[in-house]
Amino acid sequence: MRPFTFQKVNTAAEALKEKKAESRFIAGGTNLVDLMKKHVALPEALLDVSAALPKAIVRGAKGISIGAMARNTELTLHKDILARYPLVARAVLAGASPQIRNMASVGGNLLQRTRCPYFYDVTTPCNKRKPGSGCSALNGAERMSAIVGYNEQCVAVHPSDLCVALAALDAEVKVLTPQRKEKAIAFREFHKLPEATPWQDNTLPENALITEVYIPENPFNKHFSYLKLRDRTSYAFALVSVAAALHIENGKIRAARLASGGVAHKPWRWYDAEAFLKGKAPSEAVFAEAAERVVKSVKPLKGNAFKVPMLKGAVETALQNCLTLH
Amino acid sequence: MTKQHYSRRFFLKSSAAFTALAALPAGVKAFYVDMENVVLPVRQMLPLKIRVNRQEYEVQADSRTTLLDLLRENLGLTGSKKGCDHGQCGACTVHINGERALSCLTLAAMVPGQEVTTIEGLADGDELHPMQQAFIECDGFQCGYCTPGQIMSAVACVKEGHTGSVEEIKEFMSGNLCRCGAYNGIVQSIQKVAAR
Repeated sequence: MRPFTFQKVNTAAEALKEKKAESRFIAGGTNLVDLMKKHVALPEALLDVSAALPKAIVRGAKGISIGAMARNTELTLHKDILARYPLVARAVLAGASPQIRNMASVGGNLLQRTRCPYFYDVTTPCNKRKPGSGCSALNGAERMSAIVGYNEQCVAVHPSDLCVALAALDAEVKVLTPQRKEKAIAFREFHKLPEATPWQDNTLPENALITEVYIPENPFNKHFSYLKLRDRTSYAFALVSVAAALHIENGKIRAARLASGGVAHKPWRWYDAEAFLKGKAPSEAVFAEAAERVVKSVKPLKGNAFKVPMLKGAVETALQNCLTLH
Repeated sequence: MTKQHYSRRFFLKSSAAFTALAALPAGVKAFYVDMENVVLPVRQMLPLKIRVNRQEYEVQADSRTTLLDLLRENLGLTGSKKGCDHGQCGACTVHINGERALSCLTLAAMVPGQEVTTIEGLADGDELHPMQQAFIECDGFQCGYCTPGQIMSAVACVKEGHTGSVEEIKEFMSGNLCRCGAYNGIVQSIQKVAAR
């Protein structure tokens, strides 16, 4: 690691006051410390915000607020999450290991960097690590890369499972700007596509802090599932993952949510398939047609065409699991 | 070839050349260190008060020190192992405030005020922790390198109540890898302690 100064801050205001362009906030550290060891992240100073940010999970009248410093494990144990937002707990349990879930913060989960092997390998070009250097993954080892929303600048995927569930449930990210202004960013706007700036993963204003994640009340706590397909059964990043949630009333789907991880630079919502499912009676044929609509919109690279049939099967299975698994 | 091909003059000349070459890298290295201190921020030493296995330690450590390196290098507690040093193998697993965590991804500077337990703090005097005893009885290890991490994780797994089935144990022990493949013995050890 490159030498850095370390400072613990006690309030969000103090954190923002001390923040400089070359310094980084550290919360759980599970991603940042690793990136620093690999010389991918080279901060000159670390500001420990673990005592400065809220960690409580509080249910309000219209939704639930999750403090940015809540550890991932807490999302899998909290009674209100389990009763009203069980998809969130299911997604978190599909990711990382118990040790990492105990350490990792919710705010940090949103800000974790891609696991593209070239991003981690400082001897290779990577536009995300070194702007303008090129993309090694494109025409390289593309197996884990994106199948939708990418461009020639960057084919990396977002690695989070939690974020797939938060995208599906239309969460909001509450941030505090350096000017101490509170701001809410819709989850679908929070992570971005590579565009011309692949080194930016999200729309968090510079030097701002995530203070909490808010999930609005929703009817998706009865029929939901999270399916993650990967190289081994546990403790691996997704090849593809699917968060599915259905609101079924009188035998008809009143609303559907469908999102995927492992397919794009951001957690990806399948709006077209969601619209198709609305108003239909749930059946295998309807789910198969929804999966068909999902894969119609993807365009795999040479090295990851296998992800397309895999995604199709995953969407069908996830939708069926909404009816059978609880 | 015989020894006569090498003259005394050749020996003197070549050893002088070697000496000059050997001196160069040291000079280059010293220059590099000087430059590093000018170009890069100078390393920061932090006074840390850390509580490990119910004992207080006061140490001076570089801000970059991970909890794992602090335990092993500064405190001499070498039970926690460095496997991958990137949070992928679980060999460095310790408990922080009673919850399992990876000491290789934890900066020592973030630990003051928290209670750390390592494999050395598990036994009660000469009496092994039930999980340590179970690992011996069930052949929960072969080479033993991953074992301290496995045992710390296993103790937490039982405490968390994730022992309902073999599948559940495997899922909640997936952060600890064993190259010897002692997994069956590890699962049995956990079942044995959970059944007590």
